[in-house]
Amino acid sequence: MTPYKRTPLAAAHRALGARMVEFGGFEMPVQYTSILEEHAAVRERAGLFDVSHMGRIRVCGPRAEAAVERLVTCEVASLRPGAVRYGCLCNESGGTVDDVTVYRIATDDFFFCVNAANVEKDHRWIVEHVAGSGVSIENSSETSGLLALQGPAAEKLLQTQTTLALAGLRRFRFAEGRVDDRTVLVSRTGYTGSDGFEIYCGASDLEALWAGLLEAGAAFGLVPAGLGARDTLRLEAALPLYGHELDDETSPLEAGLDRFVKLDVGGFIGCEAIRARKAAGHVRALAGFILEDPGVARAGYVLSAGGRDVGVVTSGAPSPTLGRSIGLGWLPPALSAKDTAITVRVRARELRARVVETPFVRKVDRAGRAAGRN
Amino acid sequence: MAEYEFPANLKYSAEDEWARSEGDRITVGITDYAQSQLGDIVFVELPEVGRVVEKGEPFGVIESVKAVSDLYAPVAGEIVEVNADLTERPEQVNEDCYGDGWIVVIAVDDENGSSGLLDANGYRQHVERRTKES
Repeated sequence: MTPYKRTPLAAAHRALGARMVEFGGFEMPVQYTSILEEHAAVRERAGLFDVSHMGRIRVCGPRAEAAVERLVTCEVASLRPGAVRYGCLCNESGGTVDDVTVYRIATDDFFFCVNAANVEKDHRWIVEHVAGSGVSIENSSETSGLLALQGPAAEKLLQTQTTLALAGLRRFRFAEGRVDDRTVLVSRTGYTGSDGFEIYCGASDLEALWAGLLEAGAAFGLVPAGLGARDTLRLEAALPLYGHELDDETSPLEAGLDRFVKLDVGGFIGCEAIRARKAAGHVRALAGFILEDPGVARAGYVLSAGGRDVGVVTSGAPSPTLGRSIGLGWLPPALSAKDTAITVRVRARELRARVVETPFVRKVDRAGRAAGRN
Repeated sequence: MAEYEFPANLKYSAEDEWARSEGDRITVGITDYAQSQLGDIVFVELPEVGRVVEKGEPFGVIESVKAVSDLYAPVAGEIVEVNADLTERPEQVNEDCYGDGWIVVIAVDDENGSSGLLDANGYRQHVERRTKES
């Protein structure tokens, strides 16, 4: 019936009353009960996401470190086994092929967690650029599953299901072990701006893990959460979404990802172009804004300042935590400074907005206290 | 299909508005099906009182976290009242779409203004056809 791919949890999502939508070529749950409720659960307690649509590409072999170093913008030599880092795959023009997390399993064994819509593109890219340099490359996206357990209660909840010592697992570290008696990789990472874990497992273990976590989580106020809440959560944390804030033309520096780009070290594909684009001066910068008038800014809406069209919204949504509408968008660098007054064109009306520093919501600690920044 | 509520005393448009007649005044809102499909309503753009609308004309906009949807006048007439509470509490549309979540009152020229709309059964069939297609 459907032209879209499904994760092994599609039936479980439907049984929970999920509304399914297409995302990245997959049929995925956008919400179970309410995006606002699911968002609040993640900020205050915990939410469980099926993110098995994300891809997983392994690069291993005696020359793997050099190959991965060449592929991603972040430093790899200093990445220890058991650590994970965020970075971008860039093309020779300095545009972004994908934004990824790089996991170092062992000295000579890595994997990339990549965006669902980019799995084939990334795999092709990696094969084209590093195959034959002493590595083997394996696209294990179809055989692996991924759950994200996010929220201040995530640690206590997950600890009831595993012998791994989670309190000692710091942010951007991971460990292999067992959850609910299934072999998994538990990573203290996420895409929500709250504390939490991402749990990599075999595709055949997904259903049991999903059901087991939901059952164990009931006592912690855990709810299943869909891509709708995932999007409002990541936007509050100002985390980029490929296809919105990043694409094949966009340099990661334009998107404000400077600290994930080893510009001084170099040696990665696209480095020279990224340096040259920076030296020439970027014509646009990604900025965060808060709407001061009622309404919602959405991707594609025009941004204006001083009566002139100056940019475009890349992502926008009501922020459930702040109770205001927020957005990210492209602006000329001169207009991207904090407190700059801009307007967002919403159906021929100009709604007032103000540039703010990002993230919009920060310091979401393990006790769930989220502080608005502005 | 989920159990939606479509009160028998209301008339319905194919665009998922309901209409309740009281003389020449017709109160308008969106149906239980529509609010459920939209999800959490976060903003309602209301028309100005005094505006005259044609049947089927977009008169406002309703926005949920993920979706933007036009509101279509189920009848022709003059907007004589708007539910200003929705500016502060748009979630009333989700919580009570046939009550506190009403959107506008339209004054029609004659009391047959709501003819041509569906009754509850007709609208339920209309919804069922669409949910089967999706």
